[in-house]
Amino acid sequence: MRDKVLIGYGQGFWGDSILGPVRLVREGPLHYLALDYLAEVTMSIMQKLKGRNPKAGYATDFVAMLDRTLPEIHQKGIKVIANAGGVNPQACLQAVLDLARKKGIKGLKVGVIEGDDVLARVPELIAGGHGLVNMDDGRPLSAVQDRLLSANVYIGAFAVAECLKAGAQIVIGGRLTDPALVAGPMIHEFGWGPQDFDKLAAGTMAGHIAECGAQCTGGNYTGWREVKDFVRIGYPVIEASPDGTFVVTKHDGTGGLVNRNTVISQLLYEMGDPRRYLGPDCTADFTSAVVEEVGADRVRLSGIKGGPPTPTYKVSLSYQNGFKTTGQLTVSGPDAVAKAKLCADIVWGRLALDGCTFAEHEKLVEIVGAGVCHAGITEASDPPEVVLRLGVKCADEDKVDRFGMEIVPLVTSGPPGVTGFAGGRPKATDIVGYWPALLDKTQVKTTVRVEVS
Amino acid sequence: MAKVKLKEFAFARSGDKGDGSNVGVFVTNQRDYELIKQQLTVERVKRHFHAICKGEVTRYEAPNMLALNFLLRDSLGGGGSESLKTDAQGKTHGLALLEIEVDR
Repeated sequence: MRDKVLIGYGQGFWGDSILGPVRLVREGPLHYLALDYLAEVTMSIMQKLKGRNPKAGYATDFVAMLDRTLPEIHQKGIKVIANAGGVNPQACLQAVLDLARKKGIKGLKVGVIEGDDVLARVPELIAGGHGLVNMDDGRPLSAVQDRLLSANVYIGAFAVAECLKAGAQIVIGGRLTDPALVAGPMIHEFGWGPQDFDKLAAGTMAGHIAECGAQCTGGNYTGWREVKDFVRIGYPVIEASPDGTFVVTKHDGTGGLVNRNTVISQLLYEMGDPRRYLGPDCTADFTSAVVEEVGADRVRLSGIKGGPPTPTYKVSLSYQNGFKTTGQLTVSGPDAVAKAKLCADIVWGRLALDGCTFAEHEKLVEIVGAGVCHAGITEASDPPEVVLRLGVKCADEDKVDRFGMEIVPLVTSGPPGVTGFAGGRPKATDIVGYWPALLDKTQVKTTVRVEVS
Repeated sequence: MAKVKLKEFAFARSGDKGDGSNVGVFVTNQRDYELIKQQLTVERVKRHFHAICKGEVTRYEAPNMLALNFLLRDSLGGGGSESLKTDAQGKTHGLALLEIEVDR
């Protein structure tokens, strides 16, 4: 058993910088590289892509990243864990094997974890009395069942550990929880069991700290003036010990900052009740952790307590929920705010002339520059220019497109100083509704499989 | 005692939780922690975010981090893909909270 395991987290979300994982592999020691490619909306997009092409529906960014790093990852023996499989882990596995062969890498073991995608099983689950009611508002799934786009169970860290045990160097999952990408290797390396709740809670907390990449190493930190060298910001490395204590750090010589403040900032991110952080493998008490600086860019967490998990998995479902679009124009001064307000009134008025009206809750008017993000708190009365953002949402796609046609005309038929319109008419796009639900754990069975290049 | 904005001595981070946001705020010593526990009441935070948060505000304490965590329900115009707002994920609500003025 290693007495220290180094787990880097190179991708905080779909769209994060490729420099994160590339530099984690190149610029310092690493045993594991964890990468998160999913968000709630991502799965529905991937289901659509897969519907058009059976070989699509996974995170192609992951393969692009491996295209740059696979020889070095293979040579150094770094194990990679990613939820890049999306709704098609098998296709992702094939793409990685193809890439390895193209690069002449023989014997690379690539594993997949399947069983999180329950979209096809929804009718069977409902028939079996598993209602998948909306856990936020209690509605039955029948309200949206004919419009479902995706349904995925949040799978925990033991499936990751099982895939590693089966010999995989690259582990590809679908909807694995973000913390599972970090806790999985700890379970595998240290032999933790399903009853080791304190240790599983520690793995979960480590994963929570790392799961947004550079958000624990100086990114998005309100003390941003203390942060040096944002350009070369280091992505997090978790230095894990068998007893469940761990150090949050980053590679030597990289930019950014790891201190008590940057780590606590991230611990609070997307937090509910800090005494009861629910995950598939345990319940973690974030208030039990002792957080201390133990060196430059080194923060140690210890004393973490956990308890048993709930008997249910969280399921993330998505459904088609109408259409939306937004468009924007720049309005210069003098009197930028007054003219922007007039522009908005003109758009709604002209649409009404043509029989196109929207309810108040379907409309958006933002005067960016006059106090939008901090409305009612920090506002500017007379900025030199503003960006007018208008938007609508409703069930009728044609009405949304009709709205999109009334923004550009303001340039010549509204008040003076309207400019900055680019990109054509805004078009209707799908609104993807999010439907969180719970499912009895007995209904979910994950499987792992390993193939060799 | 002087009027001081939280941004002079506290830190914050925010993000989305469904159609609401969470705002975590923390300080670096026990004295300031007692101060924010006393002055950052649910009512005060609700009033501060009156134009943003249309729902209930809940407060949690995390003394090991000298932190308070606030949940601001119905503060994102629907949240996720449903929202038309610029800050559909409440990323900037932490900085908004740091504009609160306290007696210190």
